[in-house]
Amino acid sequence: MNRIEARFDDLRSRGKKAFMPYIAVGDPTLAATEEIALALDGAGVDVIELGIPFSDPIADGPSIQRASERALAAGASLEKGLRLTEKLRPSMQSCAVVMCYYNPIYRYGVESFCEAAAQAGVDGVIVPDLPLEESGELYEASLSRGIALIFLTAPTSSPERARRIAQRSRGFVYAVSLLGVTGARDAVSADLAPLMKTLRAATDKPLCVGFGVGNAEQARAVAQIADGVIVGSALVNVIEAHIGKPNLVEAAQAFAVELTQAVKSV
Amino acid sequence: MLQADENGRFGEFGGRFVPETLMPAVLELENAYREIQADPAFQEEFQFYLREYVGRPTPLYYAERLTAELGGAKIYFKREDLNHTGAHKINNAVGQTLLALRMGKKRVIAETGAGQHGVATATACAKFGVECVVYMGEEDIERQALNVFRMKLLGAQVVPVSSGAGTLKDAINSAFRDWVTNVRTTYYLLGSACGTHPYPTIVRDMQAVIGREAREQILDKEGRLPDCLVACVGGGSNSIGLFAPFYEDSEVAMVGVEAGGEGIEKRHAAPLTAGSVGVFHGARCHLLQEADGQITPAHSISAGLDYPGVGPEHSYYLATGRARYAAVTDEQALEGFQLLCRTEGIIPALETAHAVAYLPQLARELGHGAVVIVNLSGRGDKDTGVVSGALGVSL
Repeated sequence: MNRIEARFDDLRSRGKKAFMPYIAVGDPTLAATEEIALALDGAGVDVIELGIPFSDPIADGPSIQRASERALAAGASLEKGLRLTEKLRPSMQSCAVVMCYYNPIYRYGVESFCEAAAQAGVDGVIVPDLPLEESGELYEASLSRGIALIFLTAPTSSPERARRIAQRSRGFVYAVSLLGVTGARDAVSADLAPLMKTLRAATDKPLCVGFGVGNAEQARAVAQIADGVIVGSALVNVIEAHIGKPNLVEAAQAFAVELTQAVKSV
Repeated sequence: MLQADENGRFGEFGGRFVPETLMPAVLELENAYREIQADPAFQEEFQFYLREYVGRPTPLYYAERLTAELGGAKIYFKREDLNHTGAHKINNAVGQTLLALRMGKKRVIAETGAGQHGVATATACAKFGVECVVYMGEEDIERQALNVFRMKLLGAQVVPVSSGAGTLKDAINSAFRDWVTNVRTTYYLLGSACGTHPYPTIVRDMQAVIGREAREQILDKEGRLPDCLVACVGGGSNSIGLFAPFYEDSEVAMVGVEAGGEGIEKRHAAPLTAGSVGVFHGARCHLLQEADGQITPAHSISAGLDYPGVGPEHSYYLATGRARYAAVTDEQALEGFQLLCRTEGIIPALETAHAVAYLPQLARELGHGAVVIVNLSGRGDKDTGVVSGALGVSL
């Protein structure tokens, strides 16, 4: 069984929710990402999303755009993200999910990428600009290697589309909470509750909510109606605020501990 | 004309690589577009505005002095510079604004490089009373100040984009982000025949009036089809607009001229000549990229060609050999610019100047008796600042 599926089975049996932070590989350096990832793992998170920086991140807001620019300047790439995962995997309790726009994967070669990702111990892959209609090749290649290809639903997805997306998604379904790009918001979207209701009717698979969740209070609220909470930009903002400071890793870990506790308190 | 398959592919090129949030909007646009294609009332309305507002048909003009100077093939120019707003971009802007209205969208967003598409969109939105927001890179805002002012006069909001290199690709990124956020109320009026399906088809169809008119006009003037078509290629809308209606005329050769920038060993904007296949802005196409799949910023003296990707139909034309593609440098483009000013009394856009710059070579190659149609895609008033700077003249 895929490690992500096993993790959600376990959480469900204990009535617990998942917390999954996102960091950009190479933000601010590859060495820092290694330390931060281990610190997040130590904080007891369930899944770590390792974002591969891309030059043109059209689904991302300013926080992750800046993180991507820092990471690219630090020399990060898909290959380096895979090597990092391989290095981290033996000491990680949490699942490792690679989030990458499609072109670096296409350029790497879809088959070669899945082969390399499986060898590195990658548990899942999220591709923000790969909708159902274009996913055939990556779906087959990931499936045969036991990697969970995780699809996103959006508030604009019809119930019928959401059902088809969920059917194809493995590990969990990534429910985008709002219309817009990634980034912390002042409040959780008021449309989230009805959206979750629609998605629950469409699938039994775990539903993890991302985009716009920025603090412990919001994470707790989301955890009440979702199976998992994804936080990216807010953590990236913490990292950004501590670049060049000696407590960068500690600050990232403290934030992860706070949010993990909030999610686990539900 | 060649038609994309049901997945928006021209062979292996094209497709819809967009975030899920946009997929329903892309599918809605496909449906709406299918409806207006089959709706004679819409087509009649579009033709009415092309005639009465844009000023079509544009002339197919025999460039006698240029032909004599080059001493080879007979050169005709399709005068898209004579359209309202001074470039071919208005054809598509009017058509898509009418489509936006038909879809009940009250807000239009667009990206622009040189500002020609931004001006065209602002113009159409003013004409039809639609809110208009144009994303434009900061570097382009600087080198195209006149067009920025025109857009503002026309009531558009111009949003500077500072991310990335501050050029056309970054403006498209920002427009996509706006679209993701406001997808229920907003129509994204993409200006080139590139990006996610159905835009390459919509823009091509709306620009194909160029090739249809040219085909009829050359038959009228020469009694035969041309030997060769020439147009500059950035995203590829003016070129595909000219080429597509000749697709099945296998005796007609086609040359797309890309921006060679400082030379194709250095910084340039010539993905068909010197790029590789990837997925960018929603489509599989040729693009400029690093070995690890990061997009390489393009470079061209012409803001409208300063784009690292290209429309998927061009990628298909290249792969199948239907068209060939060449690149001319910034320096050659400046020579082409002056050549047309001097011989024909026409100041072309710097984009168009790339196509002109390829003519001395082509006219000799084809020789006397051959007939060439060049798309004179836009006029160059907007570029006089950049050109004077490049020639060391302070205004």
